[in-house]
Amino acid sequence: MYLKLAWRNIWRNKRRTFITAGSILFAVFFAIGMRSMQFGTYDKSIENIVGFYTGYAQIHKLGYHDDPSINKCIEYTETLQNLSNNFGDEVTFIPRLESFALASYDIANKGVMLVGIDPEKEQTLTKLNKKLIDGDYITASDKSVILTEGLAEYLKLKVNDTIVFISQGYHGVSAAGKYPVKGIVKFASPDLNQRLAFFPLKEAQWFYGADNMISTITLSLKEHKQLDYIIAKLEGIINTEEYEIIDWKTMIPEILQQIELDSKAGLIILFILYMIIGFGIFGTILMMTTERRYEFGILVAIGMKRYKLSIIVWLEVLMMAILGIIGGILISIPVTYYFHINPIEFTGEAVKAFEKFGVEPIIPFSMDPTIYIGQAIMVFIMTVLISIYPLYVVSNIKPVAAMRG
Amino acid sequence: MIIIKTENVKKIYQETEVHVHAVNGVDLEIEQGEFTAIVGPSGSGKTTFLNMVGGLDTPTEGKIVIDNTDIADLKSNELIDFRLNNIGFVFQSYNLIPVLTAKENVEFIMLLQNRSKEERDDRVKELLEAVGLGDRADNKPSELSGGQQQRVAVARALASKPKFVLADEPTANLDSKSTENLLDMMAELNKNENITFLFSTHDQRVINRARRVITLEDGKIISDETKG
Repeated sequence: MYLKLAWRNIWRNKRRTFITAGSILFAVFFAIGMRSMQFGTYDKSIENIVGFYTGYAQIHKLGYHDDPSINKCIEYTETLQNLSNNFGDEVTFIPRLESFALASYDIANKGVMLVGIDPEKEQTLTKLNKKLIDGDYITASDKSVILTEGLAEYLKLKVNDTIVFISQGYHGVSAAGKYPVKGIVKFASPDLNQRLAFFPLKEAQWFYGADNMISTITLSLKEHKQLDYIIAKLEGIINTEEYEIIDWKTMIPEILQQIELDSKAGLIILFILYMIIGFGIFGTILMMTTERRYEFGILVAIGMKRYKLSIIVWLEVLMMAILGIIGGILISIPVTYYFHINPIEFTGEAVKAFEKFGVEPIIPFSMDPTIYIGQAIMVFIMTVLISIYPLYVVSNIKPVAAMRG
Repeated sequence: MIIIKTENVKKIYQETEVHVHAVNGVDLEIEQGEFTAIVGPSGSGKTTFLNMVGGLDTPTEGKIVIDNTDIADLKSNELIDFRLNNIGFVFQSYNLIPVLTAKENVEFIMLLQNRSKEERDDRVKELLEAVGLGDRADNKPSELSGGQQQRVAVARALASKPKFVLADEPTANLDSKSTENLLDMMAELNKNENITFLFSTHDQRVINRARRVITLEDGKIISDETKG
């Protein structure tokens, strides 16, 4: 009967119910939309930035991260080569042999990071072939290099020109070689776009005198939220006294800080949104409580205990909240899904601002279920807090005073 | 058997520096089965007195004993339960729950008493038939006339099997025919089921039907007549 009474009561004044549920609906919709956009942007930023080069995590010889050196290479053992057997297709393990070299062409020289890659596996992370702006992608057996656009421009190199690299190889051997430029790639990150050169892993091992050696295994994940689980599992497979596993948060901590800062700013905006909408909801609840004081007085007069009346009033607020929350989620899903599939694309000057931070100039929306649940819970809590007011009024109602108006 | 007894009941309101004696020392005894009207001009203290007898308001001084219970001894929640189980209320403006049907309005009181479904159904049927609204059980108050709503209010007041019914100006909003019908019905319930009715009214039609008429003026009883 209480449920029936509460349900019928909320439809007594349809306009008031629509206003209250509508306020809640918009609160949920805007909060979900905002958080979805924020988290979508973070996910994309992380995906972009780790996809530029570092991957979500890297495996090195212990101590390599703090002091990277060609001398801290590791043997690319069968265990390391077969790591993916333990993870299916959720992780790709990408071997690299990377060190610094001096690149020369004509009279120009520049210090570069010269990286030996497995051209096929590298595609899952850096997608170098999609970044090609000239020439072709390398194959595993090539003896040629791919340069980043900024480096090629600096050295005034074109495809099919020959570049010379000089470096120090494994345990001090001299490393020198000349390679034709097979392709030129463009990185969104201006920093990386100035200083990277890639060639096949086999050729790199020969160049650095590090046969069957690699410096890094980079992890590319299908779903970055599984990172902690994957690292934990990896720690059970490889010898952690010999190898280290470094995640992207350690490799590029400034990104994490930026995300945390932005998220906190977002929370402040959300708080303001909650406050504005909260007062809107409170206004309608206040109106409802004032309008019904007489009725509450009558019910207590004829023998209804205040707590029972409070339950009914609370159920009414709860029902309006649930209606608003469900409505908010239902209209949020198609909207966020649309922008998840069709991210907002920036054009003109805004693109440069995005590129400056090394991210794609798009804003995708996240479909992470925790956003919907989290915001629904927040708005629900807010509504429940607001319902304290009518409960307070009911619990203190004096029948005669209420009936007198 | 005395069902309501008041001793020197006073209600004093303090308005700035002036004390207003809304009820000023009322001593009264009401027996089981009475059909009594409290009359008097506006501001004479009828409603205030009825509110105190109904446990809706507390006297400033004096004692109200209902069926051997001094209601001043009851705590707030106990008083609500006491009202629920002992007193039926009929208000001037009916005050039915607008979202419930006639049947549900009557049933509601018994739900508060945690009566069984079977008992509720039987009593609702019995009461609605007694007030002549057996065929309007599924109508909401907005679908009933003023007289019919007041009949439902009487049925609701009786649903809890109260010791007496307090009716505050029950006919004030009714036309002559509805008033006569309502009074007939209440008189019949009084006669057949020995239900005590205590009205506050200044409606001559009610006064004519009452067997005892108590007149209040300035918060005091100035006459108490029992008709032969």
